[in-house]
Amino acid sequence: MLKIHCPYCDEQREEEEFSYSGEAHISRPLDPGALSDADWADYLFFRKNTRGWHHEMWQHSAGCRRYFNVTRHTVTYEIFESYPMGTTPKALPKGDAR
Amino acid sequence: MGRYSVFSLMKNALSYHENWQAAWHSPKPKKHYDVIIIGGGGHGLATAYYLAKEHGITNVAVVEKGYLGGGNTARNTTIIRSNYLWDEASQLYELSMKLWEGLSQELNFNVMFSQRGVLNLGHSLQDMRDIARRVNANRLNGIDGEVLGVAEIQKIVPLLNCSPTSRYPVLGASWQPRGGTARHDAVAWGYARAAAAMGVDLIQQCEVSGIRTSAGKVVGVETSQGFIGAPKVGCVVAGNSGVVAAMAGMRLPIESRPLQAMVSEPLKPCLDTVVMSNAVHGYISQSDKGDLVIGAGVDQYNGYGQRGSFHVIEHTMQAICELFPAFSRVRMNRQWGGIVDTCPDACPIVSKTSVQGLFFNCGWGTGGFKATPGSGYVFADTVAHDRPHPLAEAFTIDRFTSGALIDEHGAAGVAH
Ligand SMILES: Cc1cc2nc3c(=O)[nH]c(=O)nc-3n(C[C@H](O)[C@H](O)[C@H](O)COP(=O)(O)OP(=O)(O)OC[C@H]3O[C@@H](n4cnc5c(N)ncnc54)[C@H](O)[C@@H]3O)c2cc1C
Ligand SMILES: [Zn+2]
Repeated sequence: MLKIHCPYCDEQREEEEFSYSGEAHISRPLDPGALSDADWADYLFFRKNTRGWHHEMWQHSAGCRRYFNVTRHTVTYEIFESYPMGTTPKALPKGDAR
Repeated sequence: MGRYSVFSLMKNALSYHENWQAAWHSPKPKKHYDVIIIGGGGHGLATAYYLAKEHGITNVAVVEKGYLGGGNTARNTTIIRSNYLWDEASQLYELSMKLWEGLSQELNFNVMFSQRGVLNLGHSLQDMRDIARRVNANRLNGIDGEVLGVAEIQKIVPLLNCSPTSRYPVLGASWQPRGGTARHDAVAWGYARAAAAMGVDLIQQCEVSGIRTSAGKVVGVETSQGFIGAPKVGCVVAGNSGVVAAMAGMRLPIESRPLQAMVSEPLKPCLDTVVMSNAVHGYISQSDKGDLVIGAGVDQYNGYGQRGSFHVIEHTMQAICELFPAFSRVRMNRQWGGIVDTCPDACPIVSKTSVQGLFFNCGWGTGGFKATPGSGYVFADTVAHDRPHPLAEAFTIDRFTSGALIDEHGAAGVAH
């Protein structure tokens, strides 16, 4: 079970309070009408699916219900940081996770 | 390759079983092959087998980073059924079912395919409507299926709690008598042995670290045992599909997630069929060894760690104890996770790619063991002829651009 820090509540809570929402920093198309089918496919479905450090969105669904981002290692599951939406993540830790 | 039979068994008994031939060799990789298959799981090995058997392409290498069948093939709960909702999916899984039905004979290897039947339970009016719809769709597609009421279910599974006062009462089920289970390792070993006998090189402990291309065409793979050339490369790496796609500069509509399962201490025979419930989310069968084989739901986050979160298996145990109160005292022996390659529409990708000669067979996610023979069959055909097999046409990667998704989420009862 992951222990996740919600940057809004400033609380470290158990994973069951949170819902995973996939890869972070995918911005919604500004001009949807101008998008080709391939652009739509890319936006909706295609993902990096990173093996290693991964920026991802979580929602504190049983708490403040707000979305935030987490940098987590997808092999060790180690969490490096949580940060509010709209902010930039810290530089990634060097090398592999512990 | 010697044939396995009652006579070979007797003959070898005379020499205390010390002279059995190795089932396959472990050759050093050649410099060049006609086809390289990345991934020595059931699907990769089946692909190599059908390339050799159906298409006469025997200059083939299967390149596996660990040992044969050590990925999801070794980690799954081995449920086999073909009662999917949509025509495209049900035809693909039904092809597989038909191949299972003759597989032990074809491979001369006992894959312990046991058609003990699969029940998908319904716990609400909507569940029962979905079940009726799916069973009708299956029957129109020539796939066996029945809708059962509680009394009939109770006859098949006396231990199942069908009390109307339980929290999520069982209202009925779909029943596919031809469904069942098989022995996971035996499937990998049977295909491996039969493929090796036709000349396929099985190269273990050999990790692919790069895909070399030239002018938009694949020319081979970089591995921990050096470069191996081939004009065609088929990637069948399940949970690591995204990693291998990235080697060719591609992304896939796939996310890799942990999926967990566990087995109990061995018990006397008490459950002779497969029971699955989508609503309370658990599925269970009993292996020939006697252990209860129990599968959990997929974890919510991306992960490659081959382990998941404890609360997920806790929920599964709650579901199992709700369905089978008699199992509440049974102790669990082992628990593990695999990495499943999940697609947005819960259907696989069997496809050419934008790189000529590079093919992907992935996205089988939480339910690809049942598809092992069919997947290998259509993928071998796709690779051999450089166009999708007719049953794989709907499963190309282009469906995510055209929008022609095949939504099998939930429609098939439960995800496995
Ligand atoms: C807990 C669990 C329960 C499941 N239950 C069921 C079920 O009841 N019924 C069902 O139908 N399905 C089930 N599944 C799904 C099923 O296991 C898979 O869909 C299926 O086994 C996939 O087979 P595969 O051969 O493609 O993958 P794998 O067996 O995972 O084979 C892929 C191989 O690729 C290798 N590989 C990866 N990267 C590289 C590389 N870079 N170089 C070389 N080799 C590489 C891996 O080592 C691995 O051996 C379950 C899965 C899990 C995890
Ligand atoms: Zn919060």
